[in-house]
Amino acid sequence: MTAVGRTDPPLIELVQVTKVYGSGAAAMHALRGIDITIEQGEFVAVMGPSGSGKSTTMNILGCLDTPTSGSYRFRGAEVGHLTRDERALLRRQYLGFVFQGYNLLSRTSAIENVELPLIYRREPASERHERARQALKAVGLIGWETHTPAELSGGQQQRVAIARALVTEPAVLLADEPTGNLDSARSREIMDLLTDLNRTRGITIIMITHEPDMAEYANRSIHFLDGLVESTVPGDGGR
Amino acid sequence: MLWNSFLLAFREIRRNVLRSFLTVLGIVIGVAAVIVMVFLGSGATIEVQRQIESLGSNLLIIRPGQRVGPAIISEARPFEVDDAVAIRDQIGGLVAVAPVSSQRMTAIVGNRNWATNVVGTENAYLTVRSWPLSAGREFSRTELSTGKAVCLVGATVQRELFGSSPPIGQRIRLNNIACQVIGLVEPKGQSSVGMDQDDIVIIPLRTIQRRVTGSQNISLIYATMRDSASTEEVKEAIATLLRERRRIAPWEQDDFMVTDLQEVSGLLTATTEILTALLGAVASVSLLVGGIGIMNIMLVSVTERTREIGIRLAIGAQEREVQTQFLVEAMVLSSLGGLIGIVLAIVSSLWLSQALKVPFVFDSGIVTLAFVFSAVVGVVFGYVPARRAAQLDPIEALRHE
Repeated sequence: MTAVGRTDPPLIELVQVTKVYGSGAAAMHALRGIDITIEQGEFVAVMGPSGSGKSTTMNILGCLDTPTSGSYRFRGAEVGHLTRDERALLRRQYLGFVFQGYNLLSRTSAIENVELPLIYRREPASERHERARQALKAVGLIGWETHTPAELSGGQQQRVAIARALVTEPAVLLADEPTGNLDSARSREIMDLLTDLNRTRGITIIMITHEPDMAEYANRSIHFLDGLVESTVPGDGGR
Repeated sequence: MLWNSFLLAFREIRRNVLRSFLTVLGIVIGVAAVIVMVFLGSGATIEVQRQIESLGSNLLIIRPGQRVGPAIISEARPFEVDDAVAIRDQIGGLVAVAPVSSQRMTAIVGNRNWATNVVGTENAYLTVRSWPLSAGREFSRTELSTGKAVCLVGATVQRELFGSSPPIGQRIRLNNIACQVIGLVEPKGQSSVGMDQDDIVIIPLRTIQRRVTGSQNISLIYATMRDSASTEEVKEAIATLLRERRRIAPWEQDDFMVTDLQEVSGLLTATTEILTALLGAVASVSLLVGGIGIMNIMLVSVTERTREIGIRLAIGAQEREVQTQFLVEAMVLSSLGGLIGIVLAIVSSLWLSQALKVPFVFDSGIVTLAFVFSAVVGVVFGYVPARRAAQLDPIEALRHE
């Protein structure tokens, strides 16, 4: 998965992407042709009412799903029509995910959760352990390595999830309402953490959110409506 | 990757020890049952052979009737004492010949009574069965020829009727005969078919013929050959003599059997081997059931862990990796079950072989086979659940519950 094409292609480029579920009269047009360009190092908030197509877009951006038509170029390479396994490799190599519901493995210690992506990257055990520790340190969870999700608060669980996403040093971190289950104080902590990762490590962050407060942290926010990009608004987080 | 799968499998098993154990219980029991059956079966076979050899390999048993089925012997005229005499006098190569007429009777001493096996025979009986006296004396010539009421008793009868008091010189009442005990035979233990050989009262053949059966008939004849004699030739000679005496036409079949212990041994060994195979086969059905148990739990596990699978797929696991994980998990589970089963089998075989008084035979072949089979069961029955897990859609899986 090497970046080919222009000398300086955008990190992510969606061109006239559509997504249709079902067919014929029952066809549901989730995306009706969207164009999005995201540069390396951006922090983008994705907003819009439910059913507007933002989750579908995130799934396509995250290579969990493929567009029905249109083009998805990642670092200049067309990735919209890769096979399941090729997409898995791409996710493994370049993408990190943070979900609203944390999605940690239950009954599994924090450090084992963070190590998981490295197992699939065939990292040796010692390396794995060290990097997982570093990642947990980066999210401020030193001392909590052996705790299982059930023994951690919501905020802590989300930090573990962020550590798991960033342990592979991904190019893009996709966050689906990362603060949706947290109170406002905890939400601010998580947002500060994400902003920090974005600034200090240059990780590109794409985040779905419902809350305008959270979108404020981003460089810009993309608003969806009825399967189309309605507007793009610069945010306070801009440099 | 395979090593990682093993790691993941062990973690998963460790996370859920009780359920893992219950899942493989079927395999544990199946493997243990198969191994125990085979171990005990081999032990029984060896024990049977050992006991038959202890009887003496030169023994011939001659009885009326022909074997017409596995345990069925056709009806035929009984032998008479003269047949035994003729064999003794006319057949070369024999050491001793003992005619036997036996009967179940109740033996009474004082207020104790005991149903036992009364054998009417001659002193040669002790020779052919290589059964020495532990006390007293054999029958005298007069006692044999006049049919005196005297007897030799086995250890069981002695215990049941006399307890600890010395039996020699005492009298035992067998129906209307009051027998004087003149000797004791040494304890012999169980026979290869599980009969108590010490439950016996031996009286002169004449005595049982005159006072119990009232005929010249005898039920069978024992004969021992010289070591140098050819079994086939002696058997042939006896058969020819008996056909003549019993006036069997040349086109008719023998209505008696001359069996040597090699044959009996072969027959019994074959029987125990068939039984072992049969029990092993029945036991292996439980392995199959165990495999279905694993498939069942693995399917439940895949459904239960849908979200986990979604997470793994999202962070970059390929189909093959998820499939391998679940396959290895099923295989590790069932192999662990196999190992536990092997340990259980060895422990219980040791205990059972003592309780059943058969030698403990360790057969590494069946242990290896059972282990390999348990691993194969895991792969076979883990395949469908693993396939199902690998083909989940990550988006759907993450949305699960």
